Amino acid sequence: MTDLPRDPFHVRFHGRGGQGVVTAAELLGQAAFFDGFEVQAFPSFGSERMGAPVVSFCRISSAPIRVREPVTHPDAIGILDATLLHHVDVFGGLADDGFVLINSVRTASDLGIETVVEQIGAAHFGVLPAGDLARAVSGRARPNVVALGALGALTGAVSLASLERAVRARFGPASDDNVRLIGAGFDAVRAVAGA
Amino acid sequence: MREQLEGSQAIARAVARCRPHVVPAYPITPQTHIVEGLGKLVKAGALEHCEFITVESEFAAMSAAIGASAAGARSYTATASQGLLYMAEALFNAAGLGLPIVMTVANRAIGAPINIWNDQSDAMSQRDCGWVQLYAADNQEAVDLHPVAFALAEQISVPVMVCVDGFVLTHAFEPLELPALEDIDAVLPAYEPRQVLDPDEPVTIGAMVGPEAYTEVRYLADQQLRSAQTAFAELAGRYAARIGRRIAAVRAPAEVPARTVVVTLGSVLGTVEDVAAETDGAVGVVGLTMYRPFPAQALREAVRGADHVIVLERAFSPGAGAPVTSDVRTALYGTSTRISTVVGGLGGRPVTRSAVREMLSAADRDELAEFSFLDLDAGVVERELSRQRSATRPGPAAASVLREVVPAGRGRETS
Repeated sequence: MTDLPRDPFHVRFHGRGGQGVVTAAELLGQAAFFDGFEVQAFPSFGSERMGAPVVSFCRISSAPIRVREPVTHPDAIGILDATLLHHVDVFGGLADDGFVLINSVRTASDLGIETVVEQIGAAHFGVLPAGDLARAVSGRARPNVVALGALGALTGAVSLASLERAVRARFGPASDDNVRLIGAGFDAVRAVAGA
Repeated sequence: MREQLEGSQAIARAVARCRPHVVPAYPITPQTHIVEGLGKLVKAGALEHCEFITVESEFAAMSAAIGASAAGARSYTATASQGLLYMAEALFNAAGLGLPIVMTVANRAIGAPINIWNDQSDAMSQRDCGWVQLYAADNQEAVDLHPVAFALAEQISVPVMVCVDGFVLTHAFEPLELPALEDIDAVLPAYEPRQVLDPDEPVTIGAMVGPEAYTEVRYLADQQLRSAQTAFAELAGRYAARIGRRIAAVRAPAEVPARTVVVTLGSVLGTVEDVAAETDGAVGVVGLTMYRPFPAQALREAVRGADHVIVLERAFSPGAGAPVTSDVRTALYGTSTRISTVVGGLGGRPVTRSAVREMLSAADRDELAEFSFLDLDAGVVERELSRQRSATRPGPAAASVLREVVPAGRGRETS
């Protein structure tokens, strides 16, 4: 069992329809379940449209989860599309010692979110070109799996082994690329943290 | 063994293990994943001796289920919202004919205004169609209720609706335990229809009954539906003992009755229980797993000693109040218990812990009205009423309120 940074640990993903926002929460939930936790992963329901802003949630806890409301005070936020930063209140309710992972080729200051980095501290902040990394490995730019690997490494809430197992459980025989993607995201953040 | 599963997939797999013979299906959000899951199992050969029929409408789905059931087949379907309404005529027929069909309803609001999100207006609108109605508090209960539903339906020859909050449960992934075949077999024997269409022994199912006998036939149907209480207690008790979880028509805490009790049903139960747990026993929570027939006696016992019962409902009766409260009030007639209705979680608005805390705090200050809406934005309502008063042709309220609440260019976030 991994140690959760906080128990229960609440994660919120933001992105756009087609980027795998809902799948990211499901995979995180599956991995945390493999790590021995109680889990609840769910989308912020609605009509499914490519390109529309999408939110998904994951609660991870060592105790049974009874509550059924959206995550309004996340301990970690994964943002799969940086164009949402100034359209949607993506950082709403973020814990002061929370974590933020953004898929972008730009830096925090380029993105205009230095105050968020100040709030949570640089060690809790990560930005990486998840879409580009995904394209390099699989030929497809869907950023969710790379970003999830990165979020896992950043927060320490899930183990890489469980993330890989979750990917295999979800994608079956076509998992190899996704296993590489989850590792690429995990390693990218670990490399930065170790530097 | 627990697995991390989506509610809909888990329900599909639990239903498959109950081995239905005929599944007529028509898609509608948020139910579609359930019949899709079943369709895949049939196609993959994992569900033997089952015919999956893609029909042209919900009316056809229920009609085909009626035909299949009358021919002696274990029949199942699922629907939601407008789909349930579209079946309405056939629902009454299925019950009136005493056909033990099982149906999952992935609860969703009803239009207009069109809304695909969760509340319980759909199932509540059909509370008098003669079906047993069960409401699942969480996905594990949704899974557990289906084998009991089939067993109950077939034992008393009455159709059973298993209501599962759409999206909130159907689309949530969580660790769940699927029923083992031997546990299902222990409560659900091979289907032995009470009545069957058989060319060798012809019977009439669906005779026309005039004034000379209609009352008696309807009386018998009511008695039959009422018998579901005893049958459910026995079957659910037996099944629950095998699987090591509790299933009861009325979910009530074992400890001393609280001064204030919240009565509710469906997926908000867990949220309310979480908040009640903060009150150190001052607030109790009672969940109605069975809504039809109404378990009046069990409810009376569950809330005995309470000064104030708050019925938190996910649907209401425009112009009158709310359906569950009516039944609770009837059940508590003659007692001095004060009863309040709070209508919440309409059209997908989340019932949050903070809203429930506010509700309980208002009750504690003796400020909770007899009938109120949870989280109602009175400002929005007042501004719209004022706009309507000042215009000679105010136009539709829905679009006007929406313009105010969701400013242009700021779409809502969806999945």
